[in-house]
Amino acid sequence: MSAPSLDIAREALLSPYGLAENDLQTVLDQLMGHSIDNADLYFQINRHESWMLEDGIVREGHHGIEQGVGVRAVSGEKTGFAYSDEIMLPALTEAADAARAIARSGRQGTVQAWQQRAGQRLYVPVDPLSSLDADQKITLLRELDAEARRQDPRVKQVVVSLAGSHEVVMVAASDGTLAADVRPLVRMNVSVIAEQGDRREQGSAGGGGRIDYSYFQQQDHGLEYAQEAVRQALLNLEAVPAPAGSMPVVLGPGWPGVLLHEAVGHGLEGDFNRKGSSAFSGRIGEQVASPLCTIVDDGTLPDRRGSLNMDDEGTSTQQTVLIENGILKGYMQDKLNASLMGQAPTGNGRRESYAHLPMPRMTNTYMMAGEQDPEEIIASVDKGLYAVNFGGGQVDITSGKFVFSTSEAYLIEKGKVTRPVKGATLIGNGPEVMTRVSMVGNDLALDRGVGVCGKEGQSVPVGVGQPTLKIDSITVGGTA
Amino acid sequence: MSQNPIPVSTADTPFDIERSLSVVDDMLSEARKLGASAAEAGVSVEAGLSVNVRLGEVDTLEHNRDKGLGITVYVGKRKGSASTSDFSPKAIRETVKAACDIARYTEEDEYAGLAAAELMATEIPDLDLYHPWNLNAEQAIVLAQACEASGRESDSRISNSEGASVSSHDGLRIYGNSHGFRGHYLSSRHSLSCTLIGQDEAGMQRDYWYSVSRNPGELESADAVGNKAAERTVARLGARRLETRQVPVIFQAEVARGLLGHLLRALSGGSLYRKASFLLDHLDKQIFPTNVKIDERPHLRGGLGSAPFDNEGVATQAREIVQQGILQSYVLDSYAARRLGMQPTGNAGGVHNLFISHDELGFDDLCRQMGTGLIVTEVMGQGVNTVNGDYSRGASGFWVENGEIQYPVEEITLASTLQEIFKGVQAIADDVDTRGNIYSGSWLIDHMTVAGE
Repeated sequence: MSAPSLDIAREALLSPYGLAENDLQTVLDQLMGHSIDNADLYFQINRHESWMLEDGIVREGHHGIEQGVGVRAVSGEKTGFAYSDEIMLPALTEAADAARAIARSGRQGTVQAWQQRAGQRLYVPVDPLSSLDADQKITLLRELDAEARRQDPRVKQVVVSLAGSHEVVMVAASDGTLAADVRPLVRMNVSVIAEQGDRREQGSAGGGGRIDYSYFQQQDHGLEYAQEAVRQALLNLEAVPAPAGSMPVVLGPGWPGVLLHEAVGHGLEGDFNRKGSSAFSGRIGEQVASPLCTIVDDGTLPDRRGSLNMDDEGTSTQQTVLIENGILKGYMQDKLNASLMGQAPTGNGRRESYAHLPMPRMTNTYMMAGEQDPEEIIASVDKGLYAVNFGGGQVDITSGKFVFSTSEAYLIEKGKVTRPVKGATLIGNGPEVMTRVSMVGNDLALDRGVGVCGKEGQSVPVGVGQPTLKIDSITVGGTA
Repeated sequence: MSQNPIPVSTADTPFDIERSLSVVDDMLSEARKLGASAAEAGVSVEAGLSVNVRLGEVDTLEHNRDKGLGITVYVGKRKGSASTSDFSPKAIRETVKAACDIARYTEEDEYAGLAAAELMATEIPDLDLYHPWNLNAEQAIVLAQACEASGRESDSRISNSEGASVSSHDGLRIYGNSHGFRGHYLSSRHSLSCTLIGQDEAGMQRDYWYSVSRNPGELESADAVGNKAAERTVARLGARRLETRQVPVIFQAEVARGLLGHLLRALSGGSLYRKASFLLDHLDKQIFPTNVKIDERPHLRGGLGSAPFDNEGVATQAREIVQQGILQSYVLDSYAARRLGMQPTGNAGGVHNLFISHDELGFDDLCRQMGTGLIVTEVMGQGVNTVNGDYSRGASGFWVENGEIQYPVEEITLASTLQEIFKGVQAIADDVDTRGNIYSGSWLIDHMTVAGE
């Protein structure tokens, strides 16, 4: 959206194929001449790579390029969509013909003149793939492998991966949007197996963001993943069966914010609420969480995995208050659902690629810090669970039921954290569970940059965060 | 090595097979030119359309056209790979070069390489996988509208809808490698689905039903799909929780398939050589009761998992994985097989139609055999640990007493270990779910821990 991004996008997406902005205008005109309310073109090129070390050798590397253009035509609640992996005028015209077939009647739309706005610059438009040379990438992988193995002789297997992508996107829409974004994204992960007698357990850790690979070399970020993965695997060797039943649960800061993503986040996406299919539908202004809870979705955090300068419809991202002091304030919107609900877009229109339709999606979703000391929160529990790390979660937005599964958790006995327990799934009803949040810590933390959110078959990178918090009662799915 | 016996024809498909075959040839010869000692290349092309109708009106109409090509090169024992969606000669050259560049930096791996030449498929049987559906957007919309309308009209408690969808896709898959193997086949996949929302005083519930087939003539009717979705949705209304306890559990066929999915993950070569499987060193050991047999049937005509060769060109063949409850074989690609000192099983890319035996009883008989316990119709979350077998997932379903369904249940968890679940299979019903590459009836398991109130 800022001029340099638009220049980079023209250079990467239009010039090589002999296209100019007036060609985009022509295609949009052609779409809008057929009773279409809104139309947009989404150009994308994504270059990505991954490297994998296993058994002490870097044994795999992959490089890939995906590029194409998606053409969308909207008429009322109807959406027509086609795409092409050939960025050329004939392919674009053909896709436009297919997409506009959606409208059979209606008024004649018009294409607005391009309006260029000053954009955000939340991350540097670098190409992370070239931020280290191949030898440096290999060295980094080896360092993490050595660090993991150095920790403990019980570490038997170490897999280290490094992945990066450099994505350039450009949106041209009938509402006058002409915007672009250059999006770096990197990720490292260490996963280990530790063995003791007959018992084998795993641990894994990783992180990243919209930065380049040098981040992993700085301040031992990469080495920390190796140490953390080993710590978790060794801890799991000692874990006893998790308890079963309803009990108080204290969630640690950071990644356990996956609670908010599942219990609240999905249910507040605009499409579900426009359709009335969410357990939160029609509840704006109601108390849906304890007064201690203020939850936001914020796409503007610098360098974060879930952040975007603009969403995939060219709308600038923002901080959107979802729940304030327990009161439901607002939904996350894309252009289509915002317009149908008479609301403003919130910069949450995202898509996996040019070959997928945009829809309301989260960016970085987190709860604001409270006032309690985390120690006090744990000390307040007589018998319960302290969960500090999770695998993933899932939600049925209609019934409100959600789950998330621990990968590191401990028993709390008489106000003290005692033994580690095996992985267990926690299940609750989103709107109910949030009303049972009785203590919120002063230690807000965001996750390390590992989240992937899936919805209707589309995956996008996201972030979560929260302070330590206590839920008075939630079902813990252990066996003991 | 093999010449494909199926005549190359472009007359009746939307795909340019000859061009795609020549793309594979070009990639392999470019790799040779750049110094690769071995290489393999794959091309996939897909085209189709999907429509979603909601509350009688078109919601989305999508035209899909995807293509991709991938190459893996070996420079001695070093490996590199690359992929692109661009089939232009320039992109092909750049992609092969990217793979070769990577192979200069990866390290020697004594197990790296193609699958052995003698394992390549020598004939490509016609598995009846390709049945294009001449369905235009208008017809797809009408069908989806009929499906949703049937569901919405069938019960007054259906209050809302997420819509009905019709999708139809055809695909071409080509694989070739420097042994001289070239294989290709066409396939199709069509589906009809409906997701409805029901409401009562206690709140909303959602459920769905779908039908999928390679042959559009074998899809369930629009009415049947809509009605089944409605029936399943209203059956969930008024769901209660259960008290924490140990109970016998029936995994309905569609969720029982998930248990076999966990088994496959534990039997896969990658989990085994990484020692990340609770079934490590379990060959010839009892993992199921003695009446259970599990086998793979890759050449099942029209099967959703059928394939004449795997992702390495290895001929697929029918084989037994579990016999009399005893583990007979793992699920291996050539890399894992070399690591484990075994033979590949034609499973690069996954299994091809896995079947578990069933007993001579229907689902109702299974409920009677259970007497009192839980029927699970949905599981949620990722709480399955293949390394140690620990199992803990969210669930919903129905409470059964004296063999009869009493009421729906939700917001509970189910926990055990996969070892205990597999050994605890009491019976398997004949209600086989055929909508995927895993075929299973419903399982009765002796006991699991339910956590609830």
